[in-house]
Amino acid sequence: MTGQEFRTDRGGLVDRSRPLRFRFDGRDYTGYEGDTLASALLANGVHRTGASIRLGRPRGIFSAGVEEPNALVQIEEPFPEPMLPATTVELYDGLVARGLGGRGRLADRPDPARYDAIHAHCDVLVVGAGPAGLAAASAAASAGGRVIVIDDQPRPGGSLLGAGSPVPELPPNPELRLLTRTTAFGYYDDNYVVAVERRTNHLGANAPAHLSRERIWRIRAREVVLATGAHERSLAFADNDRPGVMLAGAARTYVNRYGVRPGRRAVVMTTNDSAYAAALDLHAAGVEIAAVADLRPGGSPAWAQRCAERGIDVLDGHAVARVIGEDRVSAVTLRRKDGGPARDLDADLLLVSGGWNPVAALYSQAGGRLTYDEELGAFRPDGSCRQAVTVVGTHTPGIAVWTLPGGDPATAFVDLQRDVTVADLERATGTGMRSVEHVKRYTTAGTAHDQGKTSGTLTSGVVAGLIGAEIGELGTTTFRPPYAPVSFAALAGRDRGLRYDPVRVTALHAWHEAHGAPFENVGQWKRPWYYPGDGEDMVTAVLRECRAAREGVAMMDASTLGKIEVGGPDAAVLLDRLYTNMMSTLKVGAVRYGVMCRPDGMVLDDGTVSRLAEDRFLVTTTTGNAAAVLDWMEEWLQTEWPELRVHCTSVTEQWATVAVVGPRSREVVAALSPGLDVSREGFGFMTWRDAVLAGIPGRVFRISFSGELAYELNVSWWDAAALWDAVLAAGAAHGITPYGTETMHVLRAEKGYPIIGQDTDGTVTPYDLGLGWAVSKKKPDFVGKRSFSRADTSRADRKQLVGLLPDDGRTLLPEGAHLVETPALPEPPVPTLGHVTSAYHSAALGRTFALALVRGGRDRIGERVFAPLGDDLVPVTITSSVLYDPEGARRDG
Amino acid sequence: MMLIPCPWCGPRNESEFHYGGAAGVAYPADPGALSDEEWARYLFFRDNPKGPFEERWSHSAGCRRWFTLVRDTVTNEIVAS
Amino acid sequence: MAEPTTRHSPLAGAADRLARVTDAAGGAIAMAEVPFLTQLDLRLDPKGPAAAALGVTLPTHACTSARSGDVDVLWLGPDEWLVVGPPGAAERLAGQLRPAAGSEHVSVVDVSAQRTTLLLSGPRVRDLLALGCAIDLHPRSFGPGDCVQTELAHAPVVLFRRDPGFLIFVRASFAAHLADWLVDASVEYTGIPT
Ligand SMILES: [Zn+2]
Repeated sequence: MTGQEFRTDRGGLVDRSRPLRFRFDGRDYTGYEGDTLASALLANGVHRTGASIRLGRPRGIFSAGVEEPNALVQIEEPFPEPMLPATTVELYDGLVARGLGGRGRLADRPDPARYDAIHAHCDVLVVGAGPAGLAAASAAASAGGRVIVIDDQPRPGGSLLGAGSPVPELPPNPELRLLTRTTAFGYYDDNYVVAVERRTNHLGANAPAHLSRERIWRIRAREVVLATGAHERSLAFADNDRPGVMLAGAARTYVNRYGVRPGRRAVVMTTNDSAYAAALDLHAAGVEIAAVADLRPGGSPAWAQRCAERGIDVLDGHAVARVIGEDRVSAVTLRRKDGGPARDLDADLLLVSGGWNPVAALYSQAGGRLTYDEELGAFRPDGSCRQAVTVVGTHTPGIAVWTLPGGDPATAFVDLQRDVTVADLERATGTGMRSVEHVKRYTTAGTAHDQGKTSGTLTSGVVAGLIGAEIGELGTTTFRPPYAPVSFAALAGRDRGLRYDPVRVTALHAWHEAHGAPFENVGQWKRPWYYPGDGEDMVTAVLRECRAAREGVAMMDASTLGKIEVGGPDAAVLLDRLYTNMMSTLKVGAVRYGVMCRPDGMVLDDGTVSRLAEDRFLVTTTTGNAAAVLDWMEEWLQTEWPELRVHCTSVTEQWATVAVVGPRSREVVAALSPGLDVSREGFGFMTWRDAVLAGIPGRVFRISFSGELAYELNVSWWDAAALWDAVLAAGAAHGITPYGTETMHVLRAEKGYPIIGQDTDGTVTPYDLGLGWAVSKKKPDFVGKRSFSRADTSRADRKQLVGLLPDDGRTLLPEGAHLVETPALPEPPVPTLGHVTSAYHSAALGRTFALALVRGGRDRIGERVFAPLGDDLVPVTITSSVLYDPEGARRDG
Repeated sequence: MMLIPCPWCGPRNESEFHYGGAAGVAYPADPGALSDEEWARYLFFRDNPKGPFEERWSHSAGCRRWFTLVRDTVTNEIVAS
Repeated sequence: MAEPTTRHSPLAGAADRLARVTDAAGGAIAMAEVPFLTQLDLRLDPKGPAAAALGVTLPTHACTSARSGDVDVLWLGPDEWLVVGPPGAAERLAGQLRPAAGSEHVSVVDVSAQRTTLLLSGPRVRDLLALGCAIDLHPRSFGPGDCVQTELAHAPVVLFRRDPGFLIFVRASFAAHLADWLVDASVEYTGIPT
């Protein structure tokens, strides 16, 4: 272990009683609590942290904050994390990191840490807890507002920390919340600011597992105060990237805040007053100041006087002419800008201040414009933003100097991280580019993880000089979120795995799970797919379930069907207008299948409509469409027909549904409900009855989605499990077989019943599906009717739903497979006849089959077409979409 | 994340709403009387201005009411509601 | 009306996990299902004569509620309310509301099983809800009796500020998801990883 020979004897905000061990590039070091990785490295004399991404030039620590373009590190322990600026990594015991010369490496194992997100609301959000931000926050809090102050550092103070100045306390106030270690990275519409709080990163391996490591804050603020300060920038000159070249303000921060001397002997070059304070503070901490070169002719007499009192040479009108040293600055040559003798000065540190850029990224994201301020030599917010945002803070005036003469422009860097030099900018403008946006894309300047915090304005300045434009006219590139890199883990938060999207389950979910059903996702629902018996695969299980439904009796949880109660004196009028068929003629106690279209005539949904009373209907929708259909009804009611006295209420989870299907289903329902007349005559197809089922009040519907005799039993969601058990018991003597969605699909497909959303895609009319019988010819209008007489919807060559039988009854066509006319593929582009929408093994047919949308399909019945599958063209015959019981003889048992 | 003023519930996050496209496109009183072109115009043609746009929204995760507002499509500012 | 013993509430299977959170949170958070509450979806014109004859007070301010006896009436929209009563009161309440409307069109739909209810309380309950709810639940903006239809944990809910905490009405199919989400969200207070 090496000592911290660059640590000052006293001072700074590090806790010298708490040494922390860490390893960097394979060597062990010690720092203190309160250090960043960068300050701890500097305390140990380590400047060089890696090599540059494109040119492989040695690079060192350049700044002391989020703007760092050079010192990217890969964290190895306690958990791998790539590409973090060493200046933003708080030191913790056991940290293992290495310098990066480019891209980092993602962890090869799942991150065990928690990440989460939280919403917050306030009257005033203050971004930045420097002197201006603290003052704004105190004022807002004392005015009675709810205030949130966020700052990316572990403690408030901002620039005061780097200056070694005392930090005012925030007044104690329960409505004033200070979030430290928090970076506001996105400013969206209506003062919606998104920030990331690093809650336990700084604890390393000691982070408690039950606290989220990082938290995304989604803050809605009435007013936003941006007190984000300024970032210092460098100048473009040859070899301005050498380790040991550092922003002057950063060096001052290292001395004052961290108690670290960033070198032994420094040359300071500046365009403004701020670097003098750095020179004096470093000098006071024992760093020799070889000279301060002020580019301004005449410099600053007041500061020069203070320097003279301490024996520091100030050279006004001077600039750096040459930087000597590769792995570390060893000497600097200064020369008057107008020529004159050169001065070679030994130094291991070259501190640069090329001016200060107000941090305007969030303001720009908020929709505010930036204007070039001659006095600042920088772009600043122009106060025009439409959002309720103000910008506070003071700024340092200076002269705008972008490049220094002499030296090789190919080593004069503007963007250290992307290795973009003045020579690159010359090439870009040489090709004729005049916009910084073009130059940015051509050279990649400003596109690295630091988003050009130190390089953006410098790039604009250099480009302006090259093309002879005013920098104010040229402008800057656009700022977009995120202001600073955010981990995907934080953005995902807890919305991952099963919590990525809500999982909806029926009241029978536990039974399905206990009986080994795999689940199919239907919208947000988990539906049992099939119930594998001992040693059964899916095909075998589904064939068994299908046989039970066709030959005996089977049962299914159909609770996910959307259910809407439509009530009111005009309910029938509404349904007549929204369904293609006539609903007003339905008698109480009767049920009708219905199709809904959009105005363009394309099928939106289908389902059944049951008349519960003269003025009340129960409408079912497909599982995935329940919310959309309810919204659809409300839209028409509210926006087109507010005069209709109708109310629509979702009852999807009020009623659980169990389908009992098969030739023996009548006996099962009779056993469940001894009082119910289940006879063919007494309880006809497409009617419904109130009934008591195994003691549970409910409704029974004679509806079939399989072509078999079938009943749908509705009881309260609370009673679903009891009903299910009762159906199982009542059907036991008949070998009742639970079945899942796959069997349901096979049974309906054998009958040619389409599934909206599977066999349709928003370009399919009821006629295309062969559902012309469900389209009323009597109603003067319904939504979609007018479109059926458009030329496009009456074309003979529209794609129509048909059945397909592969020549080889074992071939299962993949859904989505295309169909072509010829047994050999012609030269591309190959015209397609259509595609397979559903395909299954059929127990009833003893073979595979499919449904497909085929151009002019109904006229092609009997034709042989081909499905290109891999290298083969599989021959199939087009049939009617109804492949089983076309006479409909089975529905009454 | 816009803050959209529901006329009933007050301002809520955009994620609680469904967008309903251009406002003021009424369902024709007698679609059967329209030419194919007129009907196609109703179905498929909408303005897409850069600037203020009168549009419909539904507070789908809240009161489920439809309403109209004017949004500037450049700035997302809701200029009338 | 006696409750049939055949009933299962949507979160019966989660009761133990919710109780463990309450125990482990040391008072910071408490959560439990309040099953089988009577809920009626009521739609009518609040300016019509029926509104006055219902025997319950209809709140007309957005996102507020009114209490009459053992019944809470929650504002859901300008012509929609959720009438909430104790378990088993659906017939009684519907029988009171429907005739009161007379010839006026009202819609009273029993939706008692459509949503179940969770009661969340404890000093950290707002922090917990803020992890998945974008509504400002600060006491200054959301006080006792206030209610709101919104999303919690990406699921549609009605939040009702009812002492001692928040009643959360959640659709039965989303209830297990929400319970799982709440248990996981409570890890910060329970220290029990999920
Ligand atoms: Zn609303």
